[in-house]
Amino acid sequence: MNLTLLLAQLLNGLQYGVLLFLLAAGLTLVFGIMSFVNLAHGSLYMVGAYAAALAYGAGGSFTLAMLTAMAAALAVGLILETTVVSRLYRRDHLDHVLATFGLVMFFNEAVRIVWGPQPLFVQVPESLVGTVDLLGFGYPLYRFAIIVAGLVVAIGSYLLIHKTRVGMLIRAGAQNPQMVAALGIPIGLLNALLFGVGAMLAGVAGAMAGPVLSVQSGMGDAVLITTLVVIVIGGIGSVTGAFYAALIVGVVDTMGRVYLPLLLRQVADRSVADAAGPALASMSVYLLMALVLALRPQGLFPAHRT
Amino acid sequence: MTDLLRPSRALLPLLFLLLACVPFAAAAAQQPFWTSFFARILIYAIAASALNLALGYGGLVSFGHALFLGVGAYAVALPAFHGIGSGWVHLLFCLAGGAAVALVIGAISLRTSGMAFIMITLAFAQMGYFLLVSLKFYGGDDGLPVAAPSRFGALDLGSAPVLYGVAWAVLLVLTWWMSRLRAAPFGMALRAARQNARRVDAMGLQSRRLQLAAFTLSGTACALAGALLANLNAFVSPSSMSWSVSGELIVMVVLGGIGTVAGPVMGALVFLGLEEGLKGVTEHWMALFGPLIVLMAMFGRRGIVGWIEALEQSRWPARAGAGRGRR
Repeated sequence: MNLTLLLAQLLNGLQYGVLLFLLAAGLTLVFGIMSFVNLAHGSLYMVGAYAAALAYGAGGSFTLAMLTAMAAALAVGLILETTVVSRLYRRDHLDHVLATFGLVMFFNEAVRIVWGPQPLFVQVPESLVGTVDLLGFGYPLYRFAIIVAGLVVAIGSYLLIHKTRVGMLIRAGAQNPQMVAALGIPIGLLNALLFGVGAMLAGVAGAMAGPVLSVQSGMGDAVLITTLVVIVIGGIGSVTGAFYAALIVGVVDTMGRVYLPLLLRQVADRSVADAAGPALASMSVYLLMALVLALRPQGLFPAHRT
Repeated sequence: MTDLLRPSRALLPLLFLLLACVPFAAAAAQQPFWTSFFARILIYAIAASALNLALGYGGLVSFGHALFLGVGAYAVALPAFHGIGSGWVHLLFCLAGGAAVALVIGAISLRTSGMAFIMITLAFAQMGYFLLVSLKFYGGDDGLPVAAPSRFGALDLGSAPVLYGVAWAVLLVLTWWMSRLRAAPFGMALRAARQNARRVDAMGLQSRRLQLAAFTLSGTACALAGALLANLNAFVSPSSMSWSVSGELIVMVVLGGIGTVAGPVMGALVFLGLEEGLKGVTEHWMALFGPLIVLMAMFGRRGIVGWIEALEQSRWPARAGAGRGRR
């Protein structure tokens, strides 16, 4: 266990956390304003990843691939919002879970029909190949770029929410949607916009994750559940909470994957430890969530509601 | 007794009668697949009925009931792995394990409500899933064959017709019990707590205790379904407790009619029947099934039992619905 490994893993955790934040931001805001549980958010992530992978394969420009992913996820998100989601806002959570569960099944299978069960592999764009020198050790440039991009989006969304008129309406909507509607703000439009932006962020996350993870059907499911853990830990409806929780979850998960097998080797056989370590690390995130909810049911950084 | 002629009343007795005929029909037609397929339906009907106790009567949206299915399944597979084939031991592990896990999870989860409750139950199920994946000694991800089926004296659950009979009887008892429980003081108070917990508390009842009791009973009964499932498949794997299984159980309950006694049985029957039918049409059955679930969530909220009752109300308007509050 040396310092370089620790630092590299810390950055990997940060990179994973940033991706989680991109997913969590949209999800937590939609939940905050309309109390909508969206299990299909992972499918939007998948849409983004596939759109980027295909566009990159066809055109060869990563920028173009990114824009395609954003447009595709935004379009699918808006279609979902108008056809299904907006009709269910007034229903209880059970209907949300059911409808979006059906959507997840549909999207996973639709992708399998069109592109088959094999994963697509995406090359790291040429301009981002190589390593970046950080205090004497090399870290993959692409992963570093993800961290930077994620932080830029985080700062951007902070500014959007706290410094603009739209952001003010979003915050007001999260606190008291009826009052916002009563003041003549088209809350339906606001929410469709928010859902679309959330979908777009999920698409961006999918596009960025493409070269790091494999692009395949069902890729959104695992990350969706982790994202739900993030927004619950952070406090549902709170973007700031989602940001900190995403980083915490990202780092805990990554560190657990690396160091739990090492720790287990002290007490168990090497092969057993290597096999059990990652699974136990996956558990650690849920354990963290159960602990947070048991001690602070409202999450670590709850949004202020009236 | 004329009530028995009404569709909603005649539904359950008729259903159980037909289900009882399945093994004989399968033997006559020499289609052993029928027995194991309908045994699966019975087992999922048990699990869905168990979930209905928490979800329908208690209003507790548990997105982690597959965990209890897994607890029950491993309660059979692990002793069998160590050479214990006694069904009584399996049953003991299954009921005690299911109750203990449900009690702990319920006690923690019920501190939250709404979205957080959905998520924390999901999180616990995922924890159990990854725990079993990590236990390489017991097969891990690849699962574990059930070395010896549960044996209760002369009753050997390894044989499909015997298992079918046992599952049928368990479902019958559970359904009968649920119909009693629904109208008993406990069930009434539980359903009242779903509608307005504060009011129930104000009346001197403790809504959280009622909900915890319901959640624990629900988890225990679901574990029983898991034990039967392990015997049916002669195989257990962590995938039986994946989150999609929890989702499917919820779909069964809502499809059949949430909060009704016959609903989960109908739901399991129609869900698995539809799944099997669509599988015959295309291997991409989920692409058709997914949108059907979406449509059900949007338009068919009362489920099959609800539609039957609505139909009945249009046919026998005068007496329909008397003393039968929905959910």
